[in-house]
Amino acid sequence: MRTDPLTQELVEDERYELQQRPAYYFQANRRQFVQVLGAGLMIAATTSGNVTAQQRGGRGRGGRGGSPEPLSHRLHIGTDGIVTVLTGKVEVGQGSRTQVIQAAAEELSLPIDQVKAVLGDTELCPNDGGTSGSRTTPSTIPQVRAAAAAARELLADMAAEKLSVERSALELREGKFVHPASQREVTFADLAADESLAEQWRTTSAGDATLTRVERWSILGKPTGKVDGADVVRGVHQYPSDIRRPNMLYGKVLRPPAYGAELQSVDTSVGEAIEGAVVVRDGDFVGCAGPTSWAADQALQRIAETAEWSTPGDQPTSETLYQHLKRTADGGGGRRGGDGASDAEIQAALDAAAKSHEAAYEIAYIQHAPMEPRAAVAEWEDGKLTVWTATQNPLRVRGELMGVFRLEADQVRVIVPDSGGAFGGKHTGETAIEAARLAQAARRPVSLRWTREEEFTWAYFRPAGLIEVRAGLDGDGKLAAWEHTNYNSGGSAIETPYTVGVHHEQSVRTDSPLRQGSYRALASTANVFARESSMDDLAAMTDDDPLAFRLAHLPQGRLRTVLETAAMRFEWDRRRAERQPGRGVGLACGIEKASYTAACVEVAIEDGRIKVLDICQAYECGAIQNPINLRAQVEGCIVMGLGGALSEAIQFAEGRVTNPAFSSYAVPRMRDVPPIDVVLVNRPDLESVGAGETPIIAVAPAIANAVFHATGKRLRSMPLRGDFA
Amino acid sequence: MQGTFQFTVNGKPVQVVTDGERPLLDVIREDLALTGTKYGCGEGECGACTVLTDGLAIRSCITTVADAQGLNLQTIEGLAPEDQLHAVQQAFVEKDAMQCGYCVPGQIMNAVGLLQKNGSPTRDEIVRGMSGNICRCCNYVNILAAIERAAELGSSRTESSRDQ
Repeated sequence: MRTDPLTQELVEDERYELQQRPAYYFQANRRQFVQVLGAGLMIAATTSGNVTAQQRGGRGRGGRGGSPEPLSHRLHIGTDGIVTVLTGKVEVGQGSRTQVIQAAAEELSLPIDQVKAVLGDTELCPNDGGTSGSRTTPSTIPQVRAAAAAARELLADMAAEKLSVERSALELREGKFVHPASQREVTFADLAADESLAEQWRTTSAGDATLTRVERWSILGKPTGKVDGADVVRGVHQYPSDIRRPNMLYGKVLRPPAYGAELQSVDTSVGEAIEGAVVVRDGDFVGCAGPTSWAADQALQRIAETAEWSTPGDQPTSETLYQHLKRTADGGGGRRGGDGASDAEIQAALDAAAKSHEAAYEIAYIQHAPMEPRAAVAEWEDGKLTVWTATQNPLRVRGELMGVFRLEADQVRVIVPDSGGAFGGKHTGETAIEAARLAQAARRPVSLRWTREEEFTWAYFRPAGLIEVRAGLDGDGKLAAWEHTNYNSGGSAIETPYTVGVHHEQSVRTDSPLRQGSYRALASTANVFARESSMDDLAAMTDDDPLAFRLAHLPQGRLRTVLETAAMRFEWDRRRAERQPGRGVGLACGIEKASYTAACVEVAIEDGRIKVLDICQAYECGAIQNPINLRAQVEGCIVMGLGGALSEAIQFAEGRVTNPAFSSYAVPRMRDVPPIDVVLVNRPDLESVGAGETPIIAVAPAIANAVFHATGKRLRSMPLRGDFA
Repeated sequence: MQGTFQFTVNGKPVQVVTDGERPLLDVIREDLALTGTKYGCGEGECGACTVLTDGLAIRSCITTVADAQGLNLQTIEGLAPEDQLHAVQQAFVEKDAMQCGYCVPGQIMNAVGLLQKNGSPTRDEIVRGMSGNICRCCNYVNILAAIERAAELGSSRTESSRDQ
C-alpha cells in the first residue's frame, strides 16, 4: 500500500485509490531488458516509459489546466456525415457511451443515430483520466460539448462560404445547413468531403463556442435508452471476454492456496503432456494456454497437484478484523474534516455536554462482483502488444504493461470494449498482464477470463472499516461537539454536513489484511452509515423526531431540500406516527461528489429477519442529462446498497476467502427488491455532476434507523445482523 | 473422456469431438463461437449462461456437453431471425432493461422459458421465476417491467395471430 518510484507513475488520481505494483515481474523480460540496457539503467528506463505521455485533453479533470485540444483529438467526421466522439472514458454499464453521444448530438443538432463513439482505446482516444470518481459527467461531457460546439461553428462557416450566404441566414437541421431563402443546403457529408476541412479540424481548438443552454436542450435532458441496446439483447455485443482473434488460445493461471503463500517447487512438465498446452513458468507466475479453456485448466490442474507452497504465518480473519484495524492504526491518514478545533477543544466540548453519545461501527469488506469477471485478450505482433480488456483506466493498464514487459508507450495498445460491470473494481490490469505473458510464450493470441472464485479471491475489495463517533448535546438539544474517526475505510463524505458547535473528523490508515481499493462511492457509505446512525441516537436522546432533529441542524440548501422532498413523498410524519408492531421507519441523508441524497424506508421484522417494505429516495445532481439512465443508476445504487446493508460480507480465514461464490456470498436478486420510489430533483440552473455512486450512501443507515424504530435495537455493523427472535 | 456429441443449436445440427465433461457453456462459446451466452459463476447460481432446450431454461455452465447429447438447444443468437427481435428482446430495449447488459442474454433466455410455461404470469410469478438470474447493476426494476411488457406483447401477438 505504500508508494515507491515505480508505482508513483502508475498511481491513478482518484482520491482513494489502490496503489500497488503490478502483480508480476517477469524474469524473461527483465533479462532481455538487462541485456539491452544494462542493469544500472533500469529505473531510468522504467520511468521513461511515460504513462503520462498523452497530455490530458482540454480543460482536464477537476478543471486542471492544459491548453484547449484540437477538434481532431475529440471528434471525427466521416464522409457519410457520421460524427464519432473519441474519449478515454469507458463504458461499464454506467451509461457513458450514450451520454457522450447525447452531448455531441446536442451541440451538433444531429440525430442520436448519426453520432458514434470510440471509448477507452489508448491509441485513438484522448486522455480523459480514469473512469472513476463520477467524473465523466462534470469533466468529460463539457469537453465533448465544447468540441462539438466548435465543430458546429467551423462547419457553419464552411457552409456559408460554399453557399455564398451570410452564416446567420443558415439553419442547422439534422446534419444539414439549410438556406431557406434559396432552398439550398449543404450536408455534413458534403463538408467532410472537402479536403480543406481536415486541416482546419486539426488546427481549430475546442475553445469557447457557445454551448446550448439547458432550457434549449433537445437531446440532452431527454430520456435516451442505451444506444447499442439492440446489440445487447441479440447477444452480439462483444464484451472483453467475448473477443476472438485468429488462432487464439485460452489461458489459466496457477493461484496460491492462500494469501502470502509462495511457490517453493512445481513440476510444469506434467501440464505439457496435455495436447496443445503451452506452459509458462516465470518466477512466481505459472500459467497454461490451450486450444480450449478446458484444456488449459486440465494442464493447470495437473501442475497444481505438484506444487509445493510455503505456509504463510498467522493472518487476521474476518472475526479478528476490527481489532486488527484498531491495533495497526498508524494515524497517517491525515485529518479530513473539521473546523480547526483542537483535540483539547473537542474534548472540552464533549466534557461540557449536557448529554453524551459514543458509538463504534463496523463495516465489512465487500466485493464489486461484476457479472463479467476480469478478462483480457492479448496479442503480440512484431513486438507490439494489443490487449482488449475490462478496465476503468486503460492508461494505467498500459503503464502496467509497459513496466512489466519493458515496452514504450507506442508498443502497447489497450482497448476497452464496453464491459460487464465494474463499480470501482476494475482499475487494475491483472488479466491484461497474465494474458500478455501467456501470449508472449505461445506466440498466439490468448484469452483469459477469471473464474468467479478467482474474482472473489484475487480482485480487490471495498475497504473494511471501524468508525468511532463521540458527540455531545447542549442543554437545548443542539449538537455541541462531534468527533468521527474512521479506521481504514477512508475519508469520503467524512465531514458532517450538520451545524455543530465544534467538530473533528479523521480517517486513519491501518494495515488492511485484504487487498483493497475503490468501490462505488468509496468510504461514503461507511461514513454516512456511522454518522446517520449516531444522529438517530442523538435524536432519540432529545425525544425529537429524527427528521426534525436533522432539520434543526441543517441550513437551507440542497441537502435539506432532498431530505424534505423524500420525507414529504414518503409521508414521513404520518408513517412515523402510525407505528405498527414489528415495523419501523427510518431515514438518512448525505452528500458525496457534489450530489445530494436522502432515503426513507420502512422495515418489518419477519421470522427474525429484516425485511425492507419500501424505499423512497430523493436525489439531486444538478441538471439532469438523461432521466432514464439517471433513474436506473439511482435504482441500481439503492438495490446494490441493500446488498451491503443486509447480506454482503467477505469472510476470510487462514489467508483465504471462505465464501468466494454467489452461493455463499449473497448479492441482491429480484426477490430482494422492495417497491422503490425515486424522486429525481432536477436543477437545470446547476451544473450536472455524476450520479453513478452517491445514491448508494443513504440506504444502509436508513434501514438501520428503521430497525431501531421497529425494535429499539441499534445495529452498528454492516451488513446489519440482529437477533430478533 | 473424449467423445463425439451431437445436438442442434438454433436449429442447426452440431457435432463436436471433445471431452464429454466440458461445460456446455465453453463449447457454445469457444467451439461454436456463440459468445452471447455468458459465464458468470460456474455453479448455476447467476443465470448468465442460460440457454433453452426445447423451451426449458437450463444453466449451460453446469451442464456437460455429454448431457447435451441429442438436445435441441437455443441460444440468444437464435431467438429471432436476423434484423428482428423476439418480444422479450423488444421489451428489454423498450424498457431499457440493461446497464452493462452482460447478464441480459441470460435474463432474456430465462424470461422466454418462463413465458413459454406461463404466458401471463403475475408479478410474483415473474419475481420467483427470475430470481435465479443475477444483475449486479441491480437493474431489476427495469428487468421486471420488461418481462411484464413482454408478456403483454406476447399475448397481443397471440391474439392477432388468432384473429387471422
